[in-house]
Amino acid sequence: VSEAQLDARRLLCPMPVIRTQEKVEQLDVGDTLTIRCTDPGAIHDIPAWCRVNGHDVLDIAQRDDEITIRIKVCEA
Amino acid sequence: MSEVRKAVALISGGLDSMLAAKVILDQGIRVEGINFFTGFCVEGHTHAIRNKDRDRPKRNNALWVAEQLGIKLHIIDIIEEYKDIVANPRHGYGANLNPCLDCKIFMVQKAREWIDRHGFDFIITGEVVGQRPKSQRKVTMPVIASESGADDLLLRPLCARRLPETRPEREGWVDRDRLFAFQGRSRKPQIALAELFGFEDYAQPAGGCCFLTDAQYSNKLADLWRTRGDRRYELDDIMLLKVGRHLRPRPHFKMIIGREDGENRFLEGYRKQFTHLTIASHNGPLVLIDGAAADEDLELAAQIAARFSQGRHAECVDVEIHTADGGTVTLRVAPIAGDQIPRNWYL
Repeated sequence: VSEAQLDARRLLCPMPVIRTQEKVEQLDVGDTLTIRCTDPGAIHDIPAWCRVNGHDVLDIAQRDDEITIRIKVCEA
Repeated sequence: MSEVRKAVALISGGLDSMLAAKVILDQGIRVEGINFFTGFCVEGHTHAIRNKDRDRPKRNNALWVAEQLGIKLHIIDIIEEYKDIVANPRHGYGANLNPCLDCKIFMVQKAREWIDRHGFDFIITGEVVGQRPKSQRKVTMPVIASESGADDLLLRPLCARRLPETRPEREGWVDRDRLFAFQGRSRKPQIALAELFGFEDYAQPAGGCCFLTDAQYSNKLADLWRTRGDRRYELDDIMLLKVGRHLRPRPHFKMIIGREDGENRFLEGYRKQFTHLTIASHNGPLVLIDGAAADEDLELAAQIAARFSQGRHAECVDVEIHTADGGTVTLRVAPIAGDQIPRNWYL
């Protein structure tokens, strides 16, 4: 089980979602991915992408203008 | 038990593609969605940038549609490949720089490649005969099917009964009698079907979902191409066309002026790439200079920047000019009068 990171800061939606999707495709079931982003849309879009594609959102944190979302890759 | 057939639906986030996917889902087909990101999508960006839009819902409509339908959604970045579609559309442009027919052909072609890679059986779109003046006409429907390579694997559930049978219908994967015969620009049949399905909340953007259908945006893109001497662009270029007030006081440079804090913050991300102006003596915008501005050009730019600051009625305004190499110079200028800015400087 790996803990991957993705820096999606300054990318505007839907790019953080697209980069998340591409990263998840390289990971295995059970791996986690932490995404750092600055577009406020990501706080809605990444969890929505996880819901429709069957992955778990473990944690969402917001500090100043930066959002950190941690997800777990599940069986698609 | 018969094999469950699989279809991929082009999901724009609007009502028609949502209905088309639902019609096919209801026939027992497994449907997944794909949504293409060209860089020109209206979706999201400007909401994220402008403060005034920050209270509006920031949902991605394609994801929202997928969630309502209970289908997976794959968002595909086609920014690079799309450049050639915008610059050299074989079928020409619509009213602005919108290459709608080439765009549809390209997206269906990408969907065709996708179904081959993923073992899906056919493609569905929300197209309706006569809905759009450029791309959704009776004569363009077969053009899209053939030039995309999708041929009879392309099914349009909302108007299928006005078109020749496709393979999914012939093979009995879907029941043609349960497809529709919508045509024309009226939205009434779609709205009635949405009611039937219980869809109460859906996006119906008036100008479509693409900035290229917008006249002002297209003017700015045409200006970019004209001044560069060729039809190329990078993602940053087309993002910047969505932001700020654009003025070209001289053929060799353009100003991008933030209209409010959200845009100023966004433009700040480009400070290292552009000579930029800030207002030192008053509240004011961040201004990027795109092009090769000489000293006298920068003085004019400072006067214009001052005009768009809180110091517009002041005698003098201090404007800092930050060059891309890191140097800073402060100019004290009189703001230019509003009537000294010709209309044709505005892009």
